[in-house]
Amino acid sequence: MTQLRIGIDVGGTNTDAVVVDQDGQVVASTKAATTPDPSDGIRAALDEVIKGVDTSLISQAMLGTTHPANAIIRRRDLERVGVLRLAAPSSLAVRPGAAWPADLHATVIGPAEIIRGGFEYDGREIAPLDEEAVRRFARQCVGQVNSIAITCAFAPASFDHELRAAELVQSEVGDELRVGLSHQVGSIGMLERENATILNAALFGVARAVVDGFHAALASHGLDVDSYLTQNDGTLMTSDEATRLPILTVGSGPTNSMRGACALAGLSDALVIDVGGTSADVGILVDGFPRESSAAVEVGGVRTNFRMPDLISIGLGGGTIVTGPAGSVVVGPDSVGYRVITEALINGGSTLTLSDISTAGGRLSGFGDPLKVEDLDPRIVEQALDWVDAQVQILSERMKASRQALPLIAVGGGSHLIPDSVPGVAEVIRPAHHSVANAFGAAIAEASGAVDRVYRYESEGREKCLDDAKQLAVDAAIRSGADPDQVRITSVVEVPMSYLPGQGCRVQVKAAGPLAATHA
Amino acid sequence: MRELTLDDLDDMVLGATLLGTGGGGDPYIARLMVRQAMEDFGSVQIVEPGELDPEGLVLTTAVIGAPTVIVEKVPAGTEFVTGVRALASYLGKDPVALMPIEVGGMNTLIPLATAAELGLPVIDADSMRRAFPQIEMTVFTLAGIPAAPMSVADEKGNLVVFETTSNQMAETLARTAVMQLGMANAISCYSMTAGQIAKYGIQGSMSYCVDLGRRLAAVQRGEEGSFEAFLEFAEAEVFFTGKIIDIDRRTTEGFARGTVVIEHLDDPSRTMRIEIQNELLLAFEDGEPVITTPDLICLLDLENAAPITTETLAYGQRVNVIGMPCAPEWHQPGMIELVGPAAFGYDVDYVPMKSKATSPTKGSAQ
Repeated sequence: MTQLRIGIDVGGTNTDAVVVDQDGQVVASTKAATTPDPSDGIRAALDEVIKGVDTSLISQAMLGTTHPANAIIRRRDLERVGVLRLAAPSSLAVRPGAAWPADLHATVIGPAEIIRGGFEYDGREIAPLDEEAVRRFARQCVGQVNSIAITCAFAPASFDHELRAAELVQSEVGDELRVGLSHQVGSIGMLERENATILNAALFGVARAVVDGFHAALASHGLDVDSYLTQNDGTLMTSDEATRLPILTVGSGPTNSMRGACALAGLSDALVIDVGGTSADVGILVDGFPRESSAAVEVGGVRTNFRMPDLISIGLGGGTIVTGPAGSVVVGPDSVGYRVITEALINGGSTLTLSDISTAGGRLSGFGDPLKVEDLDPRIVEQALDWVDAQVQILSERMKASRQALPLIAVGGGSHLIPDSVPGVAEVIRPAHHSVANAFGAAIAEASGAVDRVYRYESEGREKCLDDAKQLAVDAAIRSGADPDQVRITSVVEVPMSYLPGQGCRVQVKAAGPLAATHA
Repeated sequence: MRELTLDDLDDMVLGATLLGTGGGGDPYIARLMVRQAMEDFGSVQIVEPGELDPEGLVLTTAVIGAPTVIVEKVPAGTEFVTGVRALASYLGKDPVALMPIEVGGMNTLIPLATAAELGLPVIDADSMRRAFPQIEMTVFTLAGIPAAPMSVADEKGNLVVFETTSNQMAETLARTAVMQLGMANAISCYSMTAGQIAKYGIQGSMSYCVDLGRRLAAVQRGEEGSFEAFLEFAEAEVFFTGKIIDIDRRTTEGFARGTVVIEHLDDPSRTMRIEIQNELLLAFEDGEPVITTPDLICLLDLENAAPITTETLAYGQRVNVIGMPCAPEWHQPGMIELVGPAAFGYDVDYVPMKSKATSPTKGSAQ
C-alpha cells in the first residue's frame, strides 16, 4: 500500500502545503497566506490539504519554517543566553558578541566570560579546563538566562572541553539551564561559530513552540506520524533534533524551493531561478543539493559560519518598476511588490512594471488586461526585456560551476519574465506545481549528517582519517532518521591548512539518505 | 600627528584587503581587536617619522602563523605586548613608536591594537605596502637592515628572542618557533631608529592604505567618476575584464598555490592566467607576463568592486584585473632577486609597470 508524506513550508508571504506519494507525485496541494502566529497558518494549510486524502496512509510530515529566522530578524521571542568561551589566555582581544548589533546584543547576551581551556591546532591544550570557573559561571547564570552557549577553541577538531563543561553545568545546576555546544553547531572560525551557538541557544524556546505547535496540529487530525523539520542544506532533522539545533533551519526556505523545483522537473543538476514580486534568487543544485556559500553568512546582522545555500539575489520581479523614455529605459531596483495586483497598468494602476512589459512582450497572459498596454512604445518593451534577459544570463553564468550548459528551472509568481532560451543554458523548464515548490521540497527532503573537522594526517594516516569522517557522517545521518541501508556519502571536501608544514587538513563530509520507513 | 578614527578604520580594512593582493589574512579579526583596544585603552595617533626624535627606537609587531589557525585561535593581545617589551628589554631601550611591517592584509591593523594598549603612536610607514608571505621580503632587507634581534611570543608567556646571520634565517627560526607555539603568534623585529625609517622605510603607507580604501569605498557606493579617481590615485590600470573560467588549487610545502584562468568578456579568444602562492603573483595574457611581483595584482568583483581573496575565488565571477605598481621604494638593487618572480620559483622576467612614480628598474638578474 502506498505511503503519503505531508510537506508544509511557512514562508514570509505564503504558507504552502502538499501531500506527496512515494513516487513523488503531488496528490494534493494548497497555498494560503502566512498568519501572524505561523502555527495558525500551519493548521489552516493542514486542514485544507488533507481534505479528501486518506489520512491513514500518511506516515511522515515535514515542516520548513521561517519562525526562527524571523525571531532573530525581528528580535522577538528570543531567550537570554550566558556565553562561556573556553580559550583563555587566547582570544581575549575579542570579547564575545563583539560585532553584534547593539539591540540584539542587549536582547540576547547575558553574562559572558572567557575562561581557561580550549585546544591548539595540533590537539594540545591551550590550557587545562578551569572547572571551578565553569561551576561558578553556571551558578551565576541561574535566574538570569535560560541557557549557556559553550564554545571552545578548535572545537571542530577537539571538543572534550565542551563536553566536560556541559557535564559540570549539569552537575552544578541540573535542569535549570540548557546547554548548547559549538561543535554541534558550526565549523572552523571560532568567533562565527560562537555567534551561531549563541543564536542557536536564544532560539531554544521558539523551536520548542514550533515543534509543539506542529505536533498539536498533526494530533488534531489524528495523525500519529513521524515529524521532521527541514534545515538549510535541504535535508531533515527530527523534531527532537530541531529543538536542539534550531539555527540550522534558518535559510531552509530558498533551499526547499530549489530542491522542490528540481525534483518537480525530474532533475538533480540544474540552475534554479525563483522570481517573486520584488526580487529574483538564483541558485544551483549539484547532485540534488544546493551548492553552499563560501562567504561568511550574516543572520540578523551577526556573522556566522554555518551552512547556507549559495544564492545571488537581484531586484528583478513582477512588480519591478520601469522608468525613462525609449533609449534610456531604467529597470528597478524599486518595486511595487505584492501591490502589482492593483498598481500595474494591466490591473488598472498607474505604474509601469515588468508585469506590464512582460504582457506587452507576449510573455505573460491571463493576468490583467493586455489592452491597457497596447499603446506602450515597443522600443521601451524591447529595451526592458533586453535588460531582463541580460540579467538572467549574467546570473546563470555566475552560478555555474563549470562551462557545461545546465538546464534553468524557472519558478515563482514572476517566472513568466524568464525568456524561453538563455545563452549558456541548455533549456528553460517551467515545471507543473511550481507555485508550491517550497512545500514539495520539504516533502521530499532526505535525512543527512555532516562532519566538518580538522584531522592530523601524520598521526593516523589520511585514509583512516577520511574513513573516520565518513563513518561519523553516516552515523549522524542515521541518527537523523536515514535508512541505514540507503545512506550514501554525498560530498567529501579536503582543505589542507596553508602555512602548516604538518599535515593538518580540514575534512568536510556529508552523508544523506531517504527516511527509513518506520510504519512499514 | 593625527588621531585614527573609526571611519578611518573601515577604509583601512578595505585598503588592506586590496593591498593583500588576494592574501595577507582576513583583516576582519584584526579590526575587531583594534576596536576593542581603542574601547579599553583609548585612541591611537598616527605620526610621521620626522615628528619623532631621530634617535628614538621604533619596533614592529605582526601576527605570524597560519590564517586558518588564527580564525580559531584568536589573539589574546598580550602576545604582541609581550613580544615588543621583550625586544625592548633585550635592546635596553624603550620604543617611542610602533610600525607595521606589512601594510596589506591583517598585519596592517595589528600594530594599532598593540599601540593603543602601550600608549604609543604608530608610524606612518612600513616595509612592503602589500602582502608578502615571508619576513625577509622587505625594503629593509634591500637596505641591509637586519630583521633580528627578533622576538616570537605566544599568549601564555612563552617567548624567544634570537639573533641571526641573515633575514632568511630569521624567517626560518620564527616559523620553527611558531610550529611549537600554536601557529598564531606575535613577532617583533626590524628594530630601527625613527631616522632610519625616514631614510629606508616606505613612507606614508598607513595613510595610503586609508586613502586607497576610501576611494574604493566610493566606487562601491557607485559614485560618479569614482572608479577613474581610484585608478588615478593608485596609478593603477585595468589590464583585463573577464569571467573566471577555471580555478586550480593545490597546497604544497605549506603554501596555497593555484592558477586562475579568466576569459575576456568582449573577446572570448583572449584569456588571462594568474599564478597564486598565497598572494596573486603573476598575470599572463596569451602566455606573456603583463603584471609581475612585486607589482600588485588585484581582482575586483565587476558588480560591486569588492576585492576578491584567493579563498573566495569562484567559477563564473566577473572581475576586473587591476595592476598597481609597487611602492617606489622597492625599486633599488636586489629587488628582483628578493621579491621578483624568480624568488617564488618562476622562470619569468620582471615586467616593470609603466608608472610616473616608478623610475626604471636596474634589475641585476636580467
